[in-house]
Amino acid sequence: MSTPPTTAPSTTGLSTGDDLGAFATIRRGVGYSPELAEGLWGTLLLAVVASVGQVVVPVAVQQTIDRGLGADGGPDVGYTTLMGVLAGVAVVLTSVSSYLMTRRLFITSERGLATLRIKAFRHVHDLPLLTQNTERRGALVSRVTSDVDQVSQFLVFGGLLFVVSLGQIVVATIVMVVYSWQLALVVWVCFAPLFASLRYFQRKLTLAYGVVRRQVGQMLSAVSEPVVGAAVVRAYAVEERTQTRIDDAIDEFKAASTRAQGFTAFSFSLGGVSAGLANAGVIVIGVWLAPGHLFGGDSGRISAGTIVAFAFLVTLFVGPVQMGTQILTDAQNALAGWRRVIGILETPADLVDPGEDGQRLPRGPIEVRFDDVTFAYPAGPPVLHGISLDIAAGTRVAVVGETGSGKSTVAKLLTRLMDPTEGRVLLDGIDLRDVRTRALRRSVVLVPQEGFLFDDTLAANVRYGRTDASDADIAAAAVEIGLGDWLDALPRGVHTLVGQRGESLSAGERQLVALLRAQLADPDLLVLDEATSAVDPALEMRIGRALERLMSGRTSVTIAHRLSTAEAADEVVVVDRGRIVQRGPHDVLVGQEGSVYAGLHASWVAQQGTVAAGRG
Amino acid sequence: MTTHAAQHASLDPTEASAEPNGRPATTIDGLQVLGVAIRREPWVFTLSTLGSVLFGALTVADAWVLGWATDHVITPAFAARDAREAVGAGLLWAVLALFLGVALLRAVGIVARRLGAGIMQYRMQAHSRRAVTRQYLALPMSWHQRHPTGQLLSNANADVEATWGPIAPLPMAVGTIAMMVIAVAQMLLTDVVLAVIGLFVFPAVIVTNVVYQRWSAPWATRAQQLRAEVSEIAHESFDGALVVKTLGREGEETERFAERAHALRDANIKVGLYRAAFDPALAALPNIGVLVVLAVGVHRVLTGSSDAGDVVTVAYLLTIVSFPIRSIGWLLGNFPASVVGYRRVRSVLDATGSMPFGAVAAPSTGRGARLEIDGLGYDYPSGSGKGAASLLDDVSFAVEPGRTVALVGATASGKSTLVNLVSRLVDPDAGTLRLDGVDLRDLARGELAGAVAVVPQQAFLFDDTVRGNVTLGADVCDDDVWTALRAAQADGFVAALPHGLDSRLGERGTSLSGGQRQRISLARALVRRPRLLVLDDATSAVDPEVEARILAALRDGSTGESRPSLLVVAYRKATIGLADEVVHLAEGRIADRGTHAELLGRSPAYAHLVNAYEEER
Ligand SMILES: Nc1ncnc2c1ncn2[C@@H]1O[C@H](COP(=O)(O)OP(=O)(O)OP(=O)(O)O)[C@@H](O)[C@H]1O
Ligand SMILES: Nc1ncnc2c1ncn2[C@@H]1O[C@H](COP(=O)(O)OP(=O)(O)OP(=O)(O)O)[C@@H](O)[C@H]1O
Ligand SMILES: [Mg+2]
Repeated sequence: MSTPPTTAPSTTGLSTGDDLGAFATIRRGVGYSPELAEGLWGTLLLAVVASVGQVVVPVAVQQTIDRGLGADGGPDVGYTTLMGVLAGVAVVLTSVSSYLMTRRLFITSERGLATLRIKAFRHVHDLPLLTQNTERRGALVSRVTSDVDQVSQFLVFGGLLFVVSLGQIVVATIVMVVYSWQLALVVWVCFAPLFASLRYFQRKLTLAYGVVRRQVGQMLSAVSEPVVGAAVVRAYAVEERTQTRIDDAIDEFKAASTRAQGFTAFSFSLGGVSAGLANAGVIVIGVWLAPGHLFGGDSGRISAGTIVAFAFLVTLFVGPVQMGTQILTDAQNALAGWRRVIGILETPADLVDPGEDGQRLPRGPIEVRFDDVTFAYPAGPPVLHGISLDIAAGTRVAVVGETGSGKSTVAKLLTRLMDPTEGRVLLDGIDLRDVRTRALRRSVVLVPQEGFLFDDTLAANVRYGRTDASDADIAAAAVEIGLGDWLDALPRGVHTLVGQRGESLSAGERQLVALLRAQLADPDLLVLDEATSAVDPALEMRIGRALERLMSGRTSVTIAHRLSTAEAADEVVVVDRGRIVQRGPHDVLVGQEGSVYAGLHASWVAQQGTVAAGRG
Repeated sequence: MTTHAAQHASLDPTEASAEPNGRPATTIDGLQVLGVAIRREPWVFTLSTLGSVLFGALTVADAWVLGWATDHVITPAFAARDAREAVGAGLLWAVLALFLGVALLRAVGIVARRLGAGIMQYRMQAHSRRAVTRQYLALPMSWHQRHPTGQLLSNANADVEATWGPIAPLPMAVGTIAMMVIAVAQMLLTDVVLAVIGLFVFPAVIVTNVVYQRWSAPWATRAQQLRAEVSEIAHESFDGALVVKTLGREGEETERFAERAHALRDANIKVGLYRAAFDPALAALPNIGVLVVLAVGVHRVLTGSSDAGDVVTVAYLLTIVSFPIRSIGWLLGNFPASVVGYRRVRSVLDATGSMPFGAVAAPSTGRGARLEIDGLGYDYPSGSGKGAASLLDDVSFAVEPGRTVALVGATASGKSTLVNLVSRLVDPDAGTLRLDGVDLRDLARGELAGAVAVVPQQAFLFDDTVRGNVTLGADVCDDDVWTALRAAQADGFVAALPHGLDSRLGERGTSLSGGQRQRISLARALVRRPRLLVLDDATSAVDPEVEARILAALRDGSTGESRPSLLVVAYRKATIGLADEVVHLAEGRIADRGTHAELLGRSPAYAHLVNAYEEER
């Protein structure tokens, strides 16, 4: 499939795990879900009992026929009864042990897979921001949902039947050898081509199902995008185009699945042919082994009863072989899913957390230093070029610059959402890479450009900032940053439901919640990336004044297009095309004629003043 | 989560009315779902069933060939003193040919059956997915706001998959029935008494299954519901990954997910435990049948009512049937999940409230459109934030052709809501909106979007190229795309992208900065040359200089009435300054309207709102 070129980072993509072989996949899978191996021996023991039992019944039948019914001088009732009771016991034993085995399998696989699901989910959050962005949400969701479901289907139904089938094949083979090793050999020879071709089909199927699982991810993405962007789709009346895109994804999935099914069907049908061959072989060779025939010698090496019994045994052999082939082929779907989940776990986690060895940041205002920092997004040109910057503890800094100049990138580096390509970012003199992630998140909080709220109450969203905050704490914090009136006006106050992504609130209100959340988190370094861009000027100024008060004793970095923020800051940093071109207090910078800041400010003032000159 | 709560878990709390009694899934329901599939894909079904019948018939033929071989080959070979004389090479060849012929035909049957079942299953999945996603696109915004994305994903994926799960074993089961009919007929012909005894297996299978359905259906329902919830949490959590990361909430998010994942695990285990009992019971039944037949058979042979060969045949036929009987078990085993999935899918398909359209075409006047808002009232179903009064109440104003109106109001005063009404994402509770005199509700589908372009407050970009995002599939030449990009001040950075217009922007435009995204979204509106352009605070992430240039570009070009009419939501005075009229929205009503200067002069509230920055200085 040829995809158009992308500017999205590609080098940091998620591992697909495509290169893992079947056994490697299972081994790693079990490694991630140790529950799967729990009590395995017991389960296997039960499987052996179950499969032995399934062979005992027909053997008993054969015995009954050969020696009970067909005994010289009429049926031997005693013997028949004995065999019947034996078979009855075998049936009960088989059923009970296969019940116990299935039960165990269900419990261990579901437990193991829940663990896998959760680990994978956690790992998605531990992935670097940029890696998260390489895979679409729909596809990520499919990895922790339907991909895992496929594995579960396989482990529970496939895995169980496969073990039983293998067991039955072994037992059937043993019994066949006991009856006649020659005929047993014949059966195996007839099946040899099937066993030999399995490897080839496995390879084909691995590829085919790898595509299938990928298509599921793409399909989910195709479905989720217009659901999330429902408003745009409607406002622009592009339902048809959107549907076409979805339909394409649906059809591609269908085509991929059908293709894989084709391989499955064909490889399965080989089993049937082998079975016919085996039946014929047993009879032909069996007859040759009869007295006086080709290999029979004088007395023969075999009895008619043996051949008839063998016909039974061949069905016993063929059934599990076909089942096993089917499971192996179906398993490819599951393995492909398993690989994708493992792929997440094998993608290196975040910007390595030094963990316990890492340093903590002392409480209190934080001093920030950028030391010759260069940053390039994967597969892109550098967007920051050798930035050096000192921000003294406790100061309020405004970062301004044209759109796309790299301000948000600075904010993301400062909060270690990404590591610099070159250079270092230091907080209180400690390289960010040496700070424990927990400690970092505790002390440094970013309010990103596009705030995201969870589909819950306002209070629950604010508690993302501080888990133990009471409703009263939240109300108090709101008053502190000048949002008391707003909160009071909400009909359900802090219990207002914000809707998906916060969409039941206005854009400005969403930003207010994000601010409140950050305020409660009580950070030592607060980074605001256009955190009030959608808030009305009067409210923004009110918040600004409140924050000013609250920020005393903390360091704050504010990115804003409204230069009112810059005017109020202790220091202004001007970013232009990835470089810091100016810094200093507002008053000084404005005075620097012809400078970037003077230009920005002039147009800001012009905007404010347009009115005087404008129509009116 | 206790067992109790689980038993009573409804399909979907918000859809409770659509599924009033939440009946337990029965075998009949399962068959009905299959009926839907069979009616939809009769040919594929027929093909795969024929394949399966062929397979079944030939499996029985296998037994017949074996019998024939026993009589004509094996027995004579061992009975004769010299086997070679009794059984010549010709007979042996015949054995080989018969077995192989049967096997090859059977292989054909297998391929037809499996491939057919697969094709049928995937086609049905595709049909359902198309129907479900069409519904997603047709249902109104209000419905979307009530249904989490993750749940909708689950409906389109896991539920559809579960619904058509039984199709895979279906042909096999149908074929098995054919095979059983043949086998049963043969048994009856061989020895009626023994056959009748053997046949008791079948009612036993049915009873076992009914019991199984009863017990496991509630848990299957719950598992399917939990699957949706797990998907919901995953989607939301990954969507908000940035917030989770910046606030270091990975642990708590994982707990939230784990709680549901564990509930799903427990439900799956419950379903599994019933199945663990069901499967062996089903497998044991034919074996028990064989044993009983043998016991009775011996007795009958002793009394001379049957001969030994017949007992063997009946027992053998029962053994043959025993393996495929399990395929019926698999079919039935899939029923609970299938019925539940089907109901969940149906609840989407049956959801009502799609937005009705009229038949009127928007007049193409070649000049700016006239938008007339008359006595507009609106409130969100969940109630507005402003106590008893509606969010929007008796709002009336007009945007005359070619004129610019600025909509100014405090945060949460209802500006975006008004914009949504103009683009007809929602319809008003009271009053009307008219475009060139036509009620928006009377316009045919697509007509409104043809005349009005809205730039939303939050830019939404698709995972597509720059070109795709700007044109949205409309037939627009690259020159026009560039012109629009230039007007939106986006030409510079787009030209700098490695593949220009063909650069992919990543999901929701992740590879762009906030201001860049806004400008692409603006270009998307401009490229359509709308007759009414609505900007909802569409330059908030753009710096003042760029904004000034965008505004200049909007004003350039055409003049007077040929200019598109413009409705802008803005705080910045430069933008407001462009307006011929300012509408000040406060407390859900129009507090005042007039020119900016007039409002400044007479309305302190307005002055405070827009002059906040200067007051500070
Ligand atoms: N994930 C990404 N992958 C590739 N390029 C990116 C990515 N994010 C940003 N960029 C590019 O990096 C540059 C700087 O982006 P950044 O978001 O830092 O700008 P900004 O100054 O914050 O702009 P704005 O004011 O519009 O928010 C832009 O040219 C942008 O296209
Ligand atoms: N889907 C919704 N369901 C319920 N209430 C909503 C919904 N969308 C918005 N509201 C409420 O309606 C009010 C007006 O919201 P709207 O988005 O129209 O405000 P706005 O004037 O555009 O504000 P902003 O300047 O912040 O963008 C708010 O109180 C908001 O909470
Ligand atoms: Mg708004």
